[in-house]
Amino acid sequence: MITAEQKPLDEIKNLLGNEEKVLVVGCGTCVTVCFAGGDREAQLLASSLRMTTKLDGHPMEVSDVTVQRQCEWEYLDEIEDEIMEADVVLSIACGIGVQAIAEHFPECWVVPGLNTTFLGLPTEQGIWEERCMACGNCVLGVTGGICPIARCSKSLLNGPCGGSEDGHCEIDADVPCAWQLIYDRLAGKDQLDLILEIDPPKDWSTAHDGGPRKIVREDLQLETEES
Amino acid sequence: MTTNESTNGYLVGSKLERMLKAGHFAVTGELGPPQSADGDEIREKAALLKGYVDGVNLTDNQTAIVRISSIAAGTILVQEGLEPVIQMTARDRNRLAIQADLLGAYALGMRNLLCLTGDHQIFGNHPTAKHVFDIDSIQMVKMVTDMRDEKKFQCGDEFKGIEPRFFTGAASAPFADPIDFRPYRLAKKVNAGANFIQTQLVYDVDAFAQFMEKVREMGLHEKVYILAGVGPLKSPGMARYMKKNVPGILVPDEIIDRMNEAGKPWAGKKSSEMTKEEKRARSKARREEGIQICIDLIQQLREIEGVAGVHVMAIEWEEAVKPIVEGAGLYPRPSV
Ligand code: SF4
Ligand code: SF4
Repeated sequence: MITAEQKPLDEIKNLLGNEEKVLVVGCGTCVTVCFAGGDREAQLLASSLRMTTKLDGHPMEVSDVTVQRQCEWEYLDEIEDEIMEADVVLSIACGIGVQAIAEHFPECWVVPGLNTTFLGLPTEQGIWEERCMACGNCVLGVTGGICPIARCSKSLLNGPCGGSEDGHCEIDADVPCAWQLIYDRLAGKDQLDLILEIDPPKDWSTAHDGGPRKIVREDLQLETEES
Repeated sequence: MTTNESTNGYLVGSKLERMLKAGHFAVTGELGPPQSADGDEIREKAALLKGYVDGVNLTDNQTAIVRISSIAAGTILVQEGLEPVIQMTARDRNRLAIQADLLGAYALGMRNLLCLTGDHQIFGNHPTAKHVFDIDSIQMVKMVTDMRDEKKFQCGDEFKGIEPRFFTGAASAPFADPIDFRPYRLAKKVNAGANFIQTQLVYDVDAFAQFMEKVREMGLHEKVYILAGVGPLKSPGMARYMKKNVPGILVPDEIIDRMNEAGKPWAGKKSSEMTKEEKRARSKARREEGIQICIDLIQQLREIEGVAGVHVMAIEWEEAVKPIVEGAGLYPRPSV
């Protein structure tokens, strides 16, 4: 899932400026699961904004609404009226949700209430860890299902750097070394051969380095008029 | 000059290559360029190394701290009559920048290269920087040896003019984890085309001998020249720090004991109770022992089959190189 964390309240207040009517828009998908921008967080944020702006002597009228998925037009259509009434929309979806609102409602001013952090998973209650950087050319098949792009601090493809120690990465004793994990897993499965060959320079053009990416699935596109 | 200088059966013909090929026990040193635009500092350090080493590694933003670039520092070394080994990390440059800089480095007279991954930028003075890591050190070795031997850029395009020819090295950290993979990673570097290897600092000769046994079993010592990394200790504190905090460095207790022993005449005295002269004398005694340990290590390492030389890392203590090389009986350097 996409994980995110709420921005500090002061930063959010700065982003809202001196507007009067604020609509907080939550999202019912990834950011709900990571407790950053779901219905509950939207309500909480709305009420703390009401409270602090009142204390500041510039009370804002803050309401909230949560849609199932902020990254799809059809769910945004459901809240068109609320969006149009607001002076400013505070989206607490991931960056995609914020942009979806800006794109779908060009007249509206939308600001982000979250910092979108990574693609990851909850490894224990209250802990999320990065797992994928959407490189566009997945190598998990040779690395035993452990991603060296996202989980190695240097995205190395040919094995561990000299900084790997006691299972952790040189950058922090709390960060596991991806290549230690890969090595252990492949050794356990008698598959070390997979990493003995030299992996050539990666084609990063499928990642963001190739420019903003787009997927076109003709089989799924709606038929055009002429056909 | 429109064609390559004759390489006479050598890949490159650098002094380091000639020395190793002739079967002499090679000695390389290391010089950390300054964190300023002071070229004289490089000249001063170079003067301390001149004649005592066959090549001088120039670090590339070592520990992710901005310094004079290795190639610029290498140019000064060439002017001063020393042979540079330029270090190049994957952290700061992508494949375009690496190739471009190497074309320039060759044109400026540099002939030896060490390909490194590079320390993470979080350790340095610009921890908020974006890193590169477009290619890793193994891919870099392959890229630069293909430039030399296949006369091709990494993309596959052929060179129209002079190709850069580097005697190409890589590093090895024999004691870093996962330790069982280290000889295999070395093999990958050799298969990528590495001509020489410089290892992380060795203080534990027995552990290194075990590593070399595996290396010989795999036949790697016949395909690549291995230079064992050594460096003088300044104090017992430095030895303990490295043992505890630097990944991939093993410091046996007996070496820490030797360093402690050297400061024994002053034992039991707190630094605050010591006079300046006493402190200076203790520091001198410890440093002398550090140099002696380094000499002893070189002599032991030399006995290990497959060790083709030593890489003496005395960064910020270049004065130590002379007594180490002399003490190890490696001076004068053979002329090749
Ligand atoms: S290899 Fe690429 S696509 Fe696969 S998990 Fe890693 S970053 Fe994601
Ligand atoms: S220590 Fe491991 S995870 Fe960290 S950069 Fe090196 S190989 Fe990657």
